[in-house]
Amino acid sequence: MSSPFSFYKSTVGKKIVMAVTGFIGVGYVMGHVCGNLLVFAGPGPLNNYAHLLKVSKAFLWGARSVLIAAVVLHVVAAYQLWRTSAESRPTEYVRWSPVNSTWASRTMRWTGPLLLIFIAFHLFHLTGGQIHPGGAFSEHDVYHNVVTGFRVWWVSVAYIAAMLALSLHMYHGVWSMFQSVGLNHPRYNGFIRHAATVVTIVVVVGFISIPVAVLLRLIS
Amino acid sequence: MDLNSQVPSGPIEKKWDQHRFEMKLVNPSNKRKHTILVVGSGLAGASAAASLAELGYNVKCFCYQDSPRRAHSIAAQGGINAAKNYPNDGDSISRLFYDTVKGGDFRSREANVYRLAQISVNIIDQCVAQGVPFAREYGGLLDNRSFGGAQVSRTFYARGQTGQQLLLGAYQALERQIHLRKVQMFPRTEMLDLIVIDGKARGITARNLVTGTIESFVGDAVVLATGGYGNVFYLSTNAKNSNATAIWRAYKRGAAFANPCYTQIHPTCIPVSGHYQSKLTLMSESLRNDGRIWVPLKKGDPRPPNEIPRQERDYFLERKYPSFGNLVPRDVASRNAKQICDEGRGVGPTGQSVYLDFAEALERLGEETIREKYGNLFEMYERITAENPYKVPMRIYPAIHYTMGGLWVDYNLMSTIPGLFVAGEANFSDHGANRLGASALMQGLADGYFIIPYTLGNYLASTKLEKVTAEDPRCKQTEDGVSALTHQLLSINGQRPADSFHQELGKVLWEDCGMARSEAGLKRALRKIPEIREEFWKDLRVIGANEELNQELEKAGRVADYMDLAELICRDALERAESCGCHFREEFQTPEGEAKRNDSDFCYVAAWEFKGRGQPPALHKEALHFENVHLTQRSYK
Amino acid sequence: MNLTLFVWRQEDANAQGRMEKYEAQAITPDMSFLEMLDVVNLGLIAQGRAPIAFEHDCREGICGSCSMMINGVAHGPRPATATCQLHMRHFKDGDTLHIEPWRSKAFPVIKDLVVDRGSFDRIIQAGGYVSVNTGNAPDANAIPVPKVDSELAMDAAACIGCGACVAACPNGSAALFTSAKISHLGLLPQGGPEREIRVLRMVEAMDEEGFGNCTMHRECEAVCPKQISTNFIARMNREFLRASLKHAKT
Repeated sequence: MSSPFSFYKSTVGKKIVMAVTGFIGVGYVMGHVCGNLLVFAGPGPLNNYAHLLKVSKAFLWGARSVLIAAVVLHVVAAYQLWRTSAESRPTEYVRWSPVNSTWASRTMRWTGPLLLIFIAFHLFHLTGGQIHPGGAFSEHDVYHNVVTGFRVWWVSVAYIAAMLALSLHMYHGVWSMFQSVGLNHPRYNGFIRHAATVVTIVVVVGFISIPVAVLLRLIS
Repeated sequence: MDLNSQVPSGPIEKKWDQHRFEMKLVNPSNKRKHTILVVGSGLAGASAAASLAELGYNVKCFCYQDSPRRAHSIAAQGGINAAKNYPNDGDSISRLFYDTVKGGDFRSREANVYRLAQISVNIIDQCVAQGVPFAREYGGLLDNRSFGGAQVSRTFYARGQTGQQLLLGAYQALERQIHLRKVQMFPRTEMLDLIVIDGKARGITARNLVTGTIESFVGDAVVLATGGYGNVFYLSTNAKNSNATAIWRAYKRGAAFANPCYTQIHPTCIPVSGHYQSKLTLMSESLRNDGRIWVPLKKGDPRPPNEIPRQERDYFLERKYPSFGNLVPRDVASRNAKQICDEGRGVGPTGQSVYLDFAEALERLGEETIREKYGNLFEMYERITAENPYKVPMRIYPAIHYTMGGLWVDYNLMSTIPGLFVAGEANFSDHGANRLGASALMQGLADGYFIIPYTLGNYLASTKLEKVTAEDPRCKQTEDGVSALTHQLLSINGQRPADSFHQELGKVLWEDCGMARSEAGLKRALRKIPEIREEFWKDLRVIGANEELNQELEKAGRVADYMDLAELICRDALERAESCGCHFREEFQTPEGEAKRNDSDFCYVAAWEFKGRGQPPALHKEALHFENVHLTQRSYK
Repeated sequence: MNLTLFVWRQEDANAQGRMEKYEAQAITPDMSFLEMLDVVNLGLIAQGRAPIAFEHDCREGICGSCSMMINGVAHGPRPATATCQLHMRHFKDGDTLHIEPWRSKAFPVIKDLVVDRGSFDRIIQAGGYVSVNTGNAPDANAIPVPKVDSELAMDAAACIGCGACVAACPNGSAALFTSAKISHLGLLPQGGPEREIRVLRMVEAMDEEGFGNCTMHRECEAVCPKQISTNFIARMNREFLRASLKHAKT
């Protein structure tokens, strides 16, 4: 029963896996947005920060493998749970009206795949540079890549759209992951809900501010 | 017919202990060779089925609902009595015993009631161990409250859902045995006949309510725990599908029916609002602690209640019973409300209700206090009537609530058919002519957890049973009878649905055999009932077939039995020419209008024996002897 | 008042169902929703047509039998109300109502609006009890239980097993039902010895029945006639995690 296999086999176990991997994801984006905001401090600080991340190969690949594992587990568990839920109602209602659920909670299954596509694009765009319509990609000049990358208006729009999807995904996910692992107490539930909202807003506004600033030529 | 009550000899305090010692036991390894059929899965049925299975018997349990958890015990609100004396207010087994015998107006069997009081303490222990979340005090110990008919606090409760929590406790114990494969559960299965072989109950014939399959199940003993028959009145506080079919068909197979006329009416129910009304909802009688009951002095006064000045109101209970006022017992309060409405002074759109007014209490105690005490009841009232009782007086009317009568059983809870045990409201055993509040749950669980598991073992250990299978021709014969009846109901092809006959029957019964009965009225009812029955068998319409889920067919079968049962109720009421407890005969009352018992002629249990279709039933009497209590007349002036 | 009803009709478990239109006439505001259906059924019987099968029993909101989706909401538009306690005064003359059975793989339709909720019983069978035989119990006051725990246990125990939580859940999850029983028993000392094994077994049983998973839409608590809180679902998840970490084998 308590073997990792049987734990994962249950819907509750899968949700806990999704919560923990989601937590890793949220931690990552929070760190990511803090680093990214260095762009407003100029090319020096941002490039130094980027360089710092790659000093230790062990650290870099350690972090990357944790992230990749988290994403894979999160996606696989989500897919399996989605299948279970879809099969649990073979006949749909002729009419169904929501009472309590939010648009964010009902769109988790669409914002999730959207973000996955975005992550792939983002890696090719700003990590690997294979897709970089803004011009030459420089492995060592992150600042340059960001500015030239976001100068392309449709890239910026895609990023902003993806960040809006992220905001929906996080608005429901950050709060709900606490429920999934049972971190719930009437005294703190309100706080968790608000904190989830604040974190979501900060992260998403932080991310969006960069392409906006580039487009408005506040960064060049 | 032999009505041997099998009450053990010896002092009353020792009877049950002595009896338990004397009863024969079934060897543990032999228990698994016995199959017991339990019909009904309410408090009595579920607790009996679970306890018997724990002992090692193979149990088959049947209920008409989709799950045993839905039995109507679930609707009991108030609480469960037990002589724990936790509040240190002078309670004892003897006191609970005395209160119950007196509350029953001295028409119950002393030894049974004493045993009930003894067992009451074990029930609470058992339920707490199962995880029933009874109300507690801040110290973590159990809380008690007071209830009608007692001067001590001995009622344990779980908010207003005590019945639900006790039932879920028993249900969980039952589900555990199902998981352990000691109980096989048959939900959506309705017992339609009893199989009697060589004079012993050996099985039941039941209909699968989904497929319509009629099938026999055999065993070594049958326990009926199918509840009361209050629904014979059509409108009652019972669940819509609660019915008398199981006990009635057992009666037709030879089980005596005891005291059918003892039917209890609850005074504080939400009144009928129209012809479509399907059932009545009860509100706790604690409301009468602070509410004042009145009607306008003038017949048909059209003014809204708040505009009727005090001097033009008739606080009839306070006027007639100055010392008890609005707190007279259930039967007295109910009867007076009916009288007033019969005089044409009832209120509301139908004229069939009286006011229960909290205006004064609201003024005296403030809305906050009233909300704390009665908030949930006020909310329930407003939900149903759309009237705000904080602003306008409630309207109430009495309704049929509980039936003290039922199949006759001896001290072992065995009916006059050997091997047929009857538990809970389905039997007549403990409440005499009137049941006290919070005693029904106590009795159901006492029967199921602590009595039947012993006495049934004694029966099995001391009886030789031949081997019987469901393929036995005598089972087939019963099945054929059931199929024929079903076919008959389906093939009348008349105009009227079963409900319309049921409503008509209920009205007759309510008018002439309800709160107040008279010779003339009962004779009238005994004339009308056969007419309705004849019409029923001529003009019934049941849509659909047997081989499907057919709720109309289920109803029709039940109503067919009500027709006969109603007649027996009236016959019993007519025969009992005295007033006692809930049975009030207008001819027999004290000058103050109270029930006047006749102990010299009627201190007995009336047990009726079925003598065949169209034949009058035979009356047998079990004399009641009171050695431990003194018979007194009740007075509430 | 007069209403137009679209009701799911299905002869039996294997039949193809469909929505059928009926007129509910001369309905009065004081009728309960089920009494309105009684009236419609009387009309159908008078025309020789099959009445609509629907589950009902106590009609006072406690047995949990009644079960229908009314305009896409389990038990209809009023909060904390089972269908039997819903009155027609909450609808308007001329309204159109869609009435459907609970929809879930684990609640197959038996006929019309009647479904089989045996899956709930099987979840309880897996461990929704305290394993105590009759006669084993110590004195009821032998173990004091803090009032807050006992009250919270009662909040969870109030579940009437109607299945509205499953019916309303976009994922068809039975988490609210299962967690209510796990919480009720887990909060009390009497349920303590089986706390871990209970949650593991009940969750497993819940999954085996084919219910979906909980993604915290919180539709269930909005339609629950007893207002059972989704906090109990979080409690179940916590208990599950705790049991999984602690329990070696079952």
